[in-house]
Amino acid sequence: MNKKYLREDIIRMSGVNPKKCMRCGKCSGTCPAYDEMEYHPHQFVSMVESGDIEPLLESDSLYRCLTCFACVERCPRGVEPAKLIEAVRLTAIRRQGANRLTPNDIPAMLDDEIPQQALVSAFRKYTK
Amino acid sequence: MQRIGVFVCWCGSNIAGTVDVVAVAEALKKEPGVVFSTDYQYMCSQAGQDLIVSSVKEHNLTGLVICSCSPRMHEATFRKTAQVAGLNPYMVEIANIREQCSWVHKDMPIGTEKAIILGKAAVAKVNLNAPLTPGESPVTKRALVIGGGIAGIQTALDIADAGFPVDIVEKKPTIGGKMAQLDKTFPTLDCAACILTPKMVDVAQHENIRIFSYSEVTDVKGFIGNFDVTIKKNARFVNEDICTGCGDCVTKCPQKKVPNEFNLGMDNRSAIYIPFAQAVPKVATIDPAHCTMLKTGKCGVCSKVCKANAIDYTQKDEFITERYGAIVVATGFDPISMDKFDEFAYNQSKDVITSLEFERLTNAAGPTAGKLLRPSDGEHPHKIVFVQCVGSRCDSCAEKGKEYCSKICCMYTAKHAMLTRDKYPDTEVYVFYIDVRTPGKNFDEFYRRAVEEYDVHYIKGMVGKITPEGKKLMVRASDLLDGKQLNIDADLVVLATAIEPDKSARSLATMLTASMDTNDFFTEAHPKLRPVESPTAGVFLSGTCQGPKDIPETVSQAGAAASKVIGLLAKDKLKGNPCVASSDELMCNGCSSCEKVCPYGAITYENKEFRMPDRTTRVRRVASVNPAVCQGCGCCTVTCPSGAMDLRGFMNEQIMAEVDAICK
Ligand SMILES: Cc1cc2nc3c(=O)[nH]c(=O)nc-3n(C[C@H](O)[C@H](O)[C@H](O)COP(=O)(O)OP(=O)(O)OC[C@H]3O[C@@H](n4cnc5c(N)ncnc54)[C@H](O)[C@@H]3O)c2cc1C
Ligand code: SF4
Ligand code: SF4
Ligand code: SF4
Ligand code: SF4
Repeated sequence: MNKKYLREDIIRMSGVNPKKCMRCGKCSGTCPAYDEMEYHPHQFVSMVESGDIEPLLESDSLYRCLTCFACVERCPRGVEPAKLIEAVRLTAIRRQGANRLTPNDIPAMLDDEIPQQALVSAFRKYTK
Repeated sequence: MQRIGVFVCWCGSNIAGTVDVVAVAEALKKEPGVVFSTDYQYMCSQAGQDLIVSSVKEHNLTGLVICSCSPRMHEATFRKTAQVAGLNPYMVEIANIREQCSWVHKDMPIGTEKAIILGKAAVAKVNLNAPLTPGESPVTKRALVIGGGIAGIQTALDIADAGFPVDIVEKKPTIGGKMAQLDKTFPTLDCAACILTPKMVDVAQHENIRIFSYSEVTDVKGFIGNFDVTIKKNARFVNEDICTGCGDCVTKCPQKKVPNEFNLGMDNRSAIYIPFAQAVPKVATIDPAHCTMLKTGKCGVCSKVCKANAIDYTQKDEFITERYGAIVVATGFDPISMDKFDEFAYNQSKDVITSLEFERLTNAAGPTAGKLLRPSDGEHPHKIVFVQCVGSRCDSCAEKGKEYCSKICCMYTAKHAMLTRDKYPDTEVYVFYIDVRTPGKNFDEFYRRAVEEYDVHYIKGMVGKITPEGKKLMVRASDLLDGKQLNIDADLVVLATAIEPDKSARSLATMLTASMDTNDFFTEAHPKLRPVESPTAGVFLSGTCQGPKDIPETVSQAGAAASKVIGLLAKDKLKGNPCVASSDELMCNGCSSCEKVCPYGAITYENKEFRMPDRTTRVRRVASVNPAVCQGCGCCTVTCPSGAMDLRGFMNEQIMAEVDAICK
């Protein structure tokens, strides 16, 4: 995928504006998964901003983020790094195919064991 | 019929580059009333002005249209030229063919066409111009300074030294402001008290200065030169004139468990108190919220021990009204509340403190007599973490932080870190920063000394979370340059808290009809060229009420504000702006619309008797504009539903004539 398109796509999916980041590192200063990550929350922000996204897509860091939202809560500029990480993660999953949902797919997934909420959030996530 | 002269300026190539000035002058010759039209390279130059003056004489001109730059630039210049030529200065109109025409167009024919249209509009207006004469009002030669911090102190001293009487209204029992709470001051590290308290004494002793301490401004009426101000002197239950400040009452008062605000609640004071030893005025004040005598009628110890007989439990708030020619706002700042920043654990641990609290903890007159001790257990801290930009530069959290940089915290944190290492070489000191901002004389050198000579560890990165664990504070932060996350077990954490304007500033601004920005800092009349004047005539700004500042900047601004006040008070009379609104009483229906929109409070209503056509009289409520207060903004004229309100120099019919000329 074209680098510029990829950047725009991730920004659109996440709703995050990485330009707002002032490089303070508070997100990485607060992240409980920091030591597990190769790229840290502030790096996700600055690398997406500079379009350097391939290394992120290939990194394990994507799956180390706990989605605890501590970074979102504390970022002084309202950047919401976790949402950006989520968008990169989605992109990685989509590249492997079969990652989209349409309303028609839902009935087949209905199962007493799966909470309704999970379906709703999956739907929210995989239709972006 | 007017005899109008048109003068088209080239402004070098600024205008002539995209506007055919000769064609403009030619075209405007044909307009009604125009008897002379010409162009010249620089109309504002001496030669250009001479050309105008001689043309007025030669062609008997009664009105002038100058097609040139913005009226903001040279309207005053050309009005003076008109006066020299013997015309009323308000018979001049400027057609702005530079900023609004040549600079925004690239194409000569389009630029020329627009310039002609703008010129026609100006000609149409001048045809209806009438000579205007500004009114005069006297100046009361006395100034009011609101706020007695270093800003207010300096402004008051400078005005008083020039020979004018000044009153300072300070809401606390003493003047001095935040500077009185500081220990040493950057960048020279002189002790704050040593440089401030002599100034406070100067204020107390100055024959031209009166201090209203423990007082507030409750009402402001009037206008530049003549403000009528009501000052509320809160009852302090001590007669200021006879209290000697001996402090016997303070020692004997049995009610000793009142949090001491001067030490930011880190120790206690008595119900009757003198904030600090060098307070001015040095008189006691009873805190009615804690005095048992005032609350229950039992006690009276202070009155028994007071040898001067100064205690008066029956004292009442007192209201004083005084007239001033000028008002200076110097209400200063406060650190913001840390309540909503849970991540820094300020409310969970006594050992997380703000920088202002740190000043008190290191001040010889503070709660620990200057020894740096942990507030929780009084032990000497070994590992100290300073966090910069706490609540500053924070745009996601308008409900807790501030979007701006607080400007002073980089420097005072360097000071704190350096002084700590100097006094306690056994400490390890960390400073977390996003940027170190030190633009100021000898400022960066000062910060570098902290790093290079005092071994302070400056780490680029922000603290994300502080967790109290036993006696320690676990500080989790990032080190962006080394690409690490740090976990430091600190003994003491100091937060460089953002600063905000005093909470009373907004209501004061409303009283003064002075404008503020969205952060409640007072706005200056022009950010570059009029930085110490408020847009409201006669109201001036001094110190941090206008924006974050350190002491050197505060003092410079305080002096600048004083010189503006002196310039005003030195005048005997003020010339007003003749372009003010006035209402046609016969058309006014007293609906109050104009009063609601007037930003300067210039409009009042009066009940007037009118003779009706049937010879009866009727009393009607009609608007009346105070010409000394009106700034000619025109809000009322467009709001008035009956078309009764009109603005001199910009009459409704003049505006319509301009529009007609443009649309023709
Ligand atoms: C922790 C810390 C350390 C600092 N260290 C330094 C340093 O080392 N060097 C340096 O140059 N600067 C330093 N500063 C900055 C310095 O404190 C300010 O520049 C200075 O105090 C500003 O003075 P001011 O008069 O504008 O405001 P203030 O000092 O805030 O004074 C305002 C006064 O107005 C009074 N007031 C407020 N509202 C009203 C009202 N409505 N009516 C009547 N009175 C009112 C207040 O009670 C107060 O007395 C430091 C600041 C902090 C927070
Ligand atoms: S906390 Fe926000 S502003 Fe700071 S580095 Fe992270 S994303 Fe950027
Ligand atoms: S959401 Fe992910 S990146 Fe953000 S703090 Fe939690 S674990 Fe770290
Ligand atoms: S009367 Fe009030 S202020 Fe005086 S000593 Fe008693 S408690 Fe203290
Ligand atoms: S002065 Fe320094 S510490 Fe204070 S807000 Fe600005 S950058 Fe942050």
